[in-house]
Amino acid sequence: MSNQLSALYTELVIEHDKRPLHAGLREPFDTEVHHVNPTCGDEITLRLRLAEGGERIEDISYDAVGCAMSRAAASMMADLLIGRTIEEVAPAQDHFEAAMRSRGRLEGDEDLIGDSIALLGAAKFPARVKCVLMPWKAYQAALVEARMLGA
Amino acid sequence: MSALSREFDVEAIRADFPILTRMLDPDTPLIYLDGGATSQRPRQVIDAEVAYLLHDNAAVKRGAHRMAGLATDAYEGARERIADFIGAPSPDEVVFTKNATEALNLVAYSLGNGDDSTPARLRVREGDEILVTEMEHHANLVPWQELARRTGARLRWIPVTDDFTLDLTDLGTLVTERTKVIAFTHQSNVLGTVNPVAALVEAARAVGALTVLDAAQSAPHMPFDVAALGVDFVALSGHKMLGPTGIGVLWGRYELLAELPPFLTGGSMIEMVHMDRSTFAEPPARFEAGTPPISQAVGLAAACDYLDALGMERIAAHEQALTQQALTGLAAIDGVRIIGPAASPSRAGAVAFDVAGRHPHDVGQVLDSLGIEVRVGHHCAWPLHRRFGVHGTTRASFSVHTTAAEVDAFVHGVAHTIDFFGSLS
Repeated sequence: MSNQLSALYTELVIEHDKRPLHAGLREPFDTEVHHVNPTCGDEITLRLRLAEGGERIEDISYDAVGCAMSRAAASMMADLLIGRTIEEVAPAQDHFEAAMRSRGRLEGDEDLIGDSIALLGAAKFPARVKCVLMPWKAYQAALVEARMLGA
Repeated sequence: MSALSREFDVEAIRADFPILTRMLDPDTPLIYLDGGATSQRPRQVIDAEVAYLLHDNAAVKRGAHRMAGLATDAYEGARERIADFIGAPSPDEVVFTKNATEALNLVAYSLGNGDDSTPARLRVREGDEILVTEMEHHANLVPWQELARRTGARLRWIPVTDDFTLDLTDLGTLVTERTKVIAFTHQSNVLGTVNPVAALVEAARAVGALTVLDAAQSAPHMPFDVAALGVDFVALSGHKMLGPTGIGVLWGRYELLAELPPFLTGGSMIEMVHMDRSTFAEPPARFEAGTPPISQAVGLAAACDYLDALGMERIAAHEQALTQQALTGLAAIDGVRIIGPAASPSRAGAVAFDVAGRHPHDVGQVLDSLGIEVRVGHHCAWPLHRRFGVHGTTRASFSVHTTAAEVDAFVHGVAHTIDFFGSLS
């Protein structure tokens, strides 16, 4: 049982939860989205700033209220995405979501998803998958909105 | 009461719940403390439902064959049993719904469905007021918000004090000549607070308002008698009282049901149907459109038998003792803040708490690793959590089969949770 727990609350998760990277809402930004997990009341406000004609992620800033898993997920995601192009990060996004939804069958590729590999322990707990994916869903929505606005 | 009385012996009770013997891991037995979300079912309830399906199953209230008669007898027998369980003067006051939420929606919709032929008392219109409380489950809040939105009525609410009880200080100004409905929970699903029904009924009667009681959390845990409570409508949940999912109950005073317009319409609820209009059956049929949950009604009747055999007074005393034990144990842990009143005879067995600001999902995860199943989050009472400045809480709720040893394990588990997260920093 403690094995299960230590697979979830890894050192990296605890570190990102305690000292989240890129946290706080910053200017300038192109789009801002607010996502809620209605089952537990977790919330994230996420701002996206694009550069280079909308091809590069210049900044992701956020305010996340939630469990350790969801807060760590936001921190890891922001750290992974900032500075990279949307094209570069698309495979990471797809891979991470597929691994999180695989109930533990899919092993993660650390080269693709970086620290987020530490979140995959949650894939075996269906109730926690939503927590972990919420920041990613917020990023996706912010990106769609930014594209619609032609940012 | 048709049920035979039996001794309140927790070990014997536990033997009736096969699920309690399952293991979550090879060395982790199940400690189920989430009856407030859904109760486990004793073998007697499961057997009753299976026996009906194996021997008597057919559509009710239609067809002339013998099986239809057997099924109808089983279904109507269940209605009588439930009427008896809640002290209803007549089984015709018992409407089967799919759950307590639908029962509350039934009232909220029907009160907005009237026309000029509907008595004014049963018709919510623009300028009217609907009074709820700040501690409602979403099921007894959102339907009233929506009724207000559809009709132009005004929604008001009774606030909650820092002591986790209803603040009745301004009841005199909250209840006005315009108040049509006062809808409130009997027992908060989060706080465990049992509300002063008599005071609210008196305030409602003084202005001719209807009272709607959400009894989903109370009826399974204490002696419950609609006639003594004096309210006009009561909503119950089958699966929170050892019964099946897919069935709830709306009880209403017959003279009110008799004049209330329908909510859902269709088969089984009509009197005459023409191409351009219909007339409706008398209650309870008027409020049971379509084929009802028949085996579930049979199961719910068996749950009433089971509860009555144990005795609601003894169930309340058992859960009261466990609640005191849990509150005392939790109060001794540094960092635990109980969101609910101190132990008292009017405080029921839902114990919600905050653990050192830790997110309840994280708390629940650690408790789950110990086999302790509790509810985490806002428990469908988001405004109430906002009122106390927390995003969510962890909630343990106690049942007939809960033992003092389980409550001990739970209290130790909460202490362990604090140690666990402390050790990670």
